[in-house]
Amino acid sequence: MLKIGCGAGFSSDRLEPAIDLAEKGGLDYLVFETLAERTLAFGHRDKKLDPARGYNPQLGARMRGVLKACREGGTRIVTNMGVANTAAAAELTVNIARELGLKGLKVACVEGDDVTGQITPDTRLFDHHDKRVDEVGLSVIGANAYMGIDAILPALESDADVVITGRVADPSLFLAPIVHRYGWRRDDWRALGSGTMVGHLMECGMQITGGYYADPGVKDVPRLADCGYPIAEVAEDGSVVITKLAEAGGLVSSRTVKEQLMYEVHDPRRYLTPDVVADFSKVEVAEQGRDRVAVSKASGTQRPDTLKVTVGFDRGYYAEAGVSYAGPNATARARLAADILNERLHRHAAIAAEMRIDLIGLNSLHQTAHAARADSEDVRVRVAMRSADRAACDTMLWEVESLLCCGPAGGGGYRGQVIPSVITHSALIPREQVKPTVKVLVA
Amino acid sequence: MTTQTATRRIRLHEIAHARAGDKGNTSNVSVWVYDPGDYALVKEQLTAERVKAAFPKLIQGPVARYELDQLHGLNFVMQDALEGGVNTSLGLDSHGKSWSFLLLGLEIEVPDNRRA
Repeated sequence: MLKIGCGAGFSSDRLEPAIDLAEKGGLDYLVFETLAERTLAFGHRDKKLDPARGYNPQLGARMRGVLKACREGGTRIVTNMGVANTAAAAELTVNIARELGLKGLKVACVEGDDVTGQITPDTRLFDHHDKRVDEVGLSVIGANAYMGIDAILPALESDADVVITGRVADPSLFLAPIVHRYGWRRDDWRALGSGTMVGHLMECGMQITGGYYADPGVKDVPRLADCGYPIAEVAEDGSVVITKLAEAGGLVSSRTVKEQLMYEVHDPRRYLTPDVVADFSKVEVAEQGRDRVAVSKASGTQRPDTLKVTVGFDRGYYAEAGVSYAGPNATARARLAADILNERLHRHAAIAAEMRIDLIGLNSLHQTAHAARADSEDVRVRVAMRSADRAACDTMLWEVESLLCCGPAGGGGYRGQVIPSVITHSALIPREQVKPTVKVLVA
Repeated sequence: MTTQTATRRIRLHEIAHARAGDKGNTSNVSVWVYDPGDYALVKEQLTAERVKAAFPKLIQGPVARYELDQLHGLNFVMQDALEGGVNTSLGLDSHGKSWSFLLLGLEIEVPDNRRA
């Protein structure tokens, strides 16, 4: 049996439950999955501003937290925390290992995902009505191909203690250790589909141990504040038991597993990765005692010939500002504030081009789906906009803040911020054009 | 005495749970009944057409429904249903994480004599 833990399901995921897993999980592998599509574009942006950055900002904290325990327990680490600068991430990890006295620790740096140089103005974006890159009208920040287990396996074969990648498909981070252990054939689509299911279930961390799940009185989760990360016990046939540390908070049940099984999945018969087209449509889920759920009967068919590429574009700035009203007639005062902002902000073409005003407390999240609630005594006016023009963003913030003195009665709680904005689109690239490389560094 | 044909309307939230995910401007929400005994009536009433018709302004593209009968779940894939998604939406919830509770707010007709 192979025991794999997940110590992060997104870039800002919690640290201390990952340290618990490293120290008490008895794991063969600890995986940190930290990449979303836009995370990578931000990584490219960071690297452009400072060539020493562009990897996951929590890499140092995570490595300092788990390296020693993993070395002692024989647990290997696999992570995509390299983001847009895997070489710098590997170097930092080696330095931390030296600081911790972990002499001889091997860190594999897996690259080859950066295909920015292969993106041309003519490249077609399949998720954007097949438009060309130049039709987007924004500058390309960077482009990365989703590599698969082909890229990770050589690093595992090199006996590296830590494997750091940039963009690889999330489930591949888990599938690679399974294939490495059990020596599955690379065209055993059924097995690869099963291992991909394990990766898919695990890659979002606590989303399978009670996170993104609790609904008080309906779906209660014990000690959610101290939720544990998941552990997968993978058998040679690809079936798996999902569990967690007994002392950790959270919950593993058939319900948490089912919700995660379809998370971000479209057709359950066709879940595309670089490694296989996985089939989750016949999966069976069975509880095996407290916080232990067996999942089986995933399958798969031949892998795609092309790899997906995420292309990041610079979209300028995203700005958000708000002011609140409470008590008697709060809704009317908030609506008056929104009317004033609507009138005044429409005098600036650069703001009005892409702007939205919400009334939080009446109907902000489901504004497009439902009619607004008639009344509330706690309403926040929120303005959001996107623009390449930084000055326009600052003007919007100023307009919202000015309502404190020249707007409706009792307005308070002004906050505003301007942050960089990136967008991403997807292209396809022939598999042969992506050439993974591995370099091993020794502490 | 209640008859077999008498029914009442309840919100889906009383008998099912759900999770939302996003890919670009496409939202998917999987819906799972707590009691397998409720699966048939949810499957019959919560059709792709019903979901599309319930939110005409929000869901601008087609809706597909995939059935996981052995797990008593339905997976709805709603295209052009995220106000542009994380790339272009200016909404607070640009991922549509709360779309699961949009679906759970829909009403289902259940037999009056269904045990609570």
